[in-house]
This record gives sequence, structure tokens and C-alpha cells, in this order.
Amino acid sequence: MPRSRLVFWLFFAPVLLWLLLLIVLPHLDLLTMSFRGENDYGEMGWTLQNYRNFFTEPVYWLTFVRTALYALITTFITFLLAMPVAFYISKLARSRVRGALMILLLLPFWVSELVRVYGWMILLRESGVLNFVMLKLGLIDKPVEMLYNDAAMIMGLVYTSMLFMIVPLVSVMESLDDSLIEAAHDLGAGKIAIWRTIILPHCKPGITSGAIVVFMLALGNYLTPNLMGGKNSLWFTEQIYNQFIASFNWNQGSAFGFLLLALSSLIIWAGLKLTGQRLGEVAS
Amino acid sequence: MIRSLPRGRGYSWSFNAFIILYFMFLFAPLVVTCVLAFNNSDFPSLPWQGFSLDWFAARGPERIGLFHDDQILRSLLTSLQTAVCVSLLSVAVGTCASFLFEKENFRFKGVLYLLMLAPLVIPGVILGISLLLASNSAGAFLDETFGLDFAVFRPSFWLVVLGQFSFITTFVTLVVSARLRKFDPSLEEAALNLGATQFGVIRHVTLKFLRPALIGAGAVAFLMSFENFNTTLFLVGSEPTLPVNLYLQVRDGSTPVINAVSLLLVVGTSLLALVNLYFTKRED
Repeated sequence: MPRSRLVFWLFFAPVLLWLLLLIVLPHLDLLTMSFRGENDYGEMGWTLQNYRNFFTEPVYWLTFVRTALYALITTFITFLLAMPVAFYISKLARSRVRGALMILLLLPFWVSELVRVYGWMILLRESGVLNFVMLKLGLIDKPVEMLYNDAAMIMGLVYTSMLFMIVPLVSVMESLDDSLIEAAHDLGAGKIAIWRTIILPHCKPGITSGAIVVFMLALGNYLTPNLMGGKNSLWFTEQIYNQFIASFNWNQGSAFGFLLLALSSLIIWAGLKLTGQRLGEVAS
Repeated sequence: MIRSLPRGRGYSWSFNAFIILYFMFLFAPLVVTCVLAFNNSDFPSLPWQGFSLDWFAARGPERIGLFHDDQILRSLLTSLQTAVCVSLLSVAVGTCASFLFEKENFRFKGVLYLLMLAPLVIPGVILGISLLLASNSAGAFLDETFGLDFAVFRPSFWLVVLGQFSFITTFVTLVVSARLRKFDPSLEEAALNLGATQFGVIRHVTLKFLRPALIGAGAVAFLMSFENFNTTLFLVGSEPTLPVNLYLQVRDGSTPVINAVSLLLVVGTSLLALVNLYFTKRED
């Protein structure tokens, strides 16, 4: 069908403005800012100093490595927890129950992340609900601080990003034909063989897209590590925040920001390459 | 293994127990938060000291309930205004984008499509700082060259709207595109043959068909904007949105008034999500 140029430009212009002004330009600005800084005379100029600081100050790169590792661990735990839940919903639950379970699954995630983290804080902290219950039951003698440590933080991250793993897993599992599993079973395959040779290979696209989203959400999270992690469990986004808001050193902050962006892009790219998929397919 | 195959009793039983535990894990923080909003205590913790509506309706001076807390009410209003602006803007531009990518062909379409997907893999914090930098640069540039001063380029309401719009539009585009793919182009051709103008066709045929998806995408955009924290944190000026305001309060020690707000958010978002679900279900 022939379309007029006018209609084309009507669609094209706002999209181009959006992507150019709000996505491309700001990130180019981030990149240039990260290579600028003051020299010894207090003049602005091009420099690698911001990146040099990152590699010479152990606290910066250690936080960076820690954040990346913990984000990976979070992704893996989320996957382990989401797999059986997705399997139950798509293959074991009756169809009426399935719809209800999906709604129940979605509801907590529509509520602000802050409310969810706050809920965990009043559950876990020293004067919290869990401590109160355990004291009453006589399980412990004095309150234990369960918040403000790495385990609590990872649990919080798993909790907040859970849904983004379960939903893609459910949708790929629903497309898996039951008769394949039945045939394997009839031919004498055990549970482990069925999981390894049929279910997991079929779920690969869902696992990839879920893992990418969860990893990125964990890596870029600020709220959960900040409120649930301890004083010693710095997250890299907190370093960025500190540079921007507390120290007002925007150039250093830009360098950190760009490093984080590079890391997340690299890992996502590697994930897509390993599983032989493209971003376009994963997104839809 | 699956429903159609024989399962051991132990297997079924432990799987059901796992699912029940999982949903308890999912809802525990929300339920505890909501229940403690009614506790007649100065702290959001047990023991239960009796039922009270103080944290909703008290007028002070010792306890100020949610409905008399100006700061919270103001930030709630800011959040609502932001969410309305963001959802209107992102639905408008997102619809243009899905028309562009589904119906038009042009050079560099693939590049532009990838760019449109980029916000999915950019951590929210990075998006926030990039926009902060870019708007600051733009403001400085205009000030130096033309001597003009625009408040838009400083952290403010409109900068928050732009920041949230920049990534929410991607989600809107994906939702609307999915619906547009199901559209039968012969309907458009028929309308054109019968003498409709190009704009008439889009208005009366295509947009009519897309309406459920547009409403759904608008609701998703509204919720995403309302609960956004990571990007917003860097762009807020003197008027914090509700999540940012709550974050500052939680960080500096909490009162049950936060539980009351959380309850309101849980109820509000659940209702909106259910209404949205009902409409999408009915359309299928």
C-alpha cells in the first residue's frame, strides 16, 4: 500500500527525536564527561585520570567486581527458584488454578519496589516481626540482626527481580508439547534425563531473556543494596550516586557509570552469543 | 512428572508444599506491612497493641496520619501528575514507533530498532545520570550562547517526566507492536478503496483496532512511572515523587505512617492491575 511521505515523517520524527535526544546524546555526553577532568592548574581538559582512579583505588574496582559477582549469583539463585515454580504453573497446576496463580504471582510486582523492600526490613530487622516470633517461640534467647548483611541483600535482590525470570519461563514451558515428555517417559527416561535433554534445551530462549533482565536489574539496582545491605556491602551504583550527589565529582561519576554500562552490555552480549540469540528475538 | 503421567505421592506432596512456601515468601513482606499499618504503636513492629486508625487519620500533634501529612500528600500528587504525563506521552510516541517499525520500510531501520530496544538493557541509574548530564550541558550551552535560562534543564518535574518517558516508551512500543502485528491490512486497503484518506484510515480503522492495546500499554506505563525510583532519584528537583520521598523517610528511620502509605499503594496498584487484566482477558 503506498503511503505518503507526510505520514512517514509523522511517525518518524517523534521516534527519532526520542531516541536521539533522550538516548543517544545523553550517553555520548556520559562518555565525553568521563574523559574530562581538571588538571593541576584547575583547568578542564581531556584526561584518563577518572579511569586511572578506578584501577588504582582498590575500593572502586573491588566494589565493581563484587557487584558483578553478586549480580551473577542473584541471577543464578533466581533461576533455580523460578524453574520449579514455572514448571508447576505450566505443567502441573489445573488450568483454573493456573490463571489464579499467575495473577497472584504478578500482583506483588506491581507494587513499588520500595514497599517490598520496606516489608522485608520490618520483617528482618532486630526489632522486626521475625525476631519477635522466634523469641516468643523460644527459638532464640536474644534478638538477632538479620538485616544489613550480604545474604539479606541477595535475598532482597532475588525477591525484587523474581518475576522477570518466571514470566518468560512460564511462556516457553507452555509452548513445550507434553507428548514429548510422555514419549520420553514411556521409552524409559528418568526425571533427570527428561530435564536435561528435553525441558532445559526447550526453555533456553526463556532462560536467556529472563537471565538478561534479572542480571541487569540486579546490577543497576540502588534501592535494595542501599536499604538491605550492610555498611560494608557497597554496591557500585552507590559509588556512582556518591560521586554525583555527595562529592559532586560528575566526571568521576560518569566514568563509573560508563564502566557499569560497558559491563552490563558486555555480559548481555556474551549471554546472547553463547545461546545464539539476538536482542530483537529476546525482547519480543 | 507432568499431569498426564503417574506421579509419586511424595513428589506431588513436596511440590505442593514448595509452591505454598514460595507464595508465602512472596506475600509475607506485603501482608506484614499492611497489617502493621493498623497497629496502635509508635513503631512498625510487634507486639500487637490493638487496632487503630491513627496512622491514617490522626491530626497530630503526636501522631500525624497519612491524610494529614502534607509532605506525603504533596509527593503523591507529584507522582500522579508525573505518571499521567508519562503515560500520555509514551503512548503517543510508542504508537508512532510501532507504526514505524511494523508498517514502514526505510534505510537503517535495523539500527533504529536496536536503538529503540536499548533502554531495556541500560540500567536505570545510568539513564538517570546520563540525562542529568545532558540536560545540564544543554542548559549551560543555551545559557552561554544565547543567554537564555530554561528551568526544564535543571532537575525538575519535567526532567523526571522525560527521564521516565525515555525508557517506558520502549515497553509501550513492544506492547502496541505485538497487537499491530495481528492487524489485517486488507481492512485498511478496503477503507482506502472506499475513499478514506490516509489519516482517516489510521484514525477510524487502525487506532480503533489498537484501542485495547493502547489502554493496556497506558496502564502499564502509568504503573511503571508511578513506582520508578532508580532513574527518578537523579532527576528530582524540589518536588520529590512518592517513592523518592518514602525512600528518604525509610532511610532516616520509619514510622507506621509509611505502612499506611504502603497499604494504600498495595490496594491502589492491585486494583489498577486487576482492571487492566480484566480488559486484556475480555479482549482475548
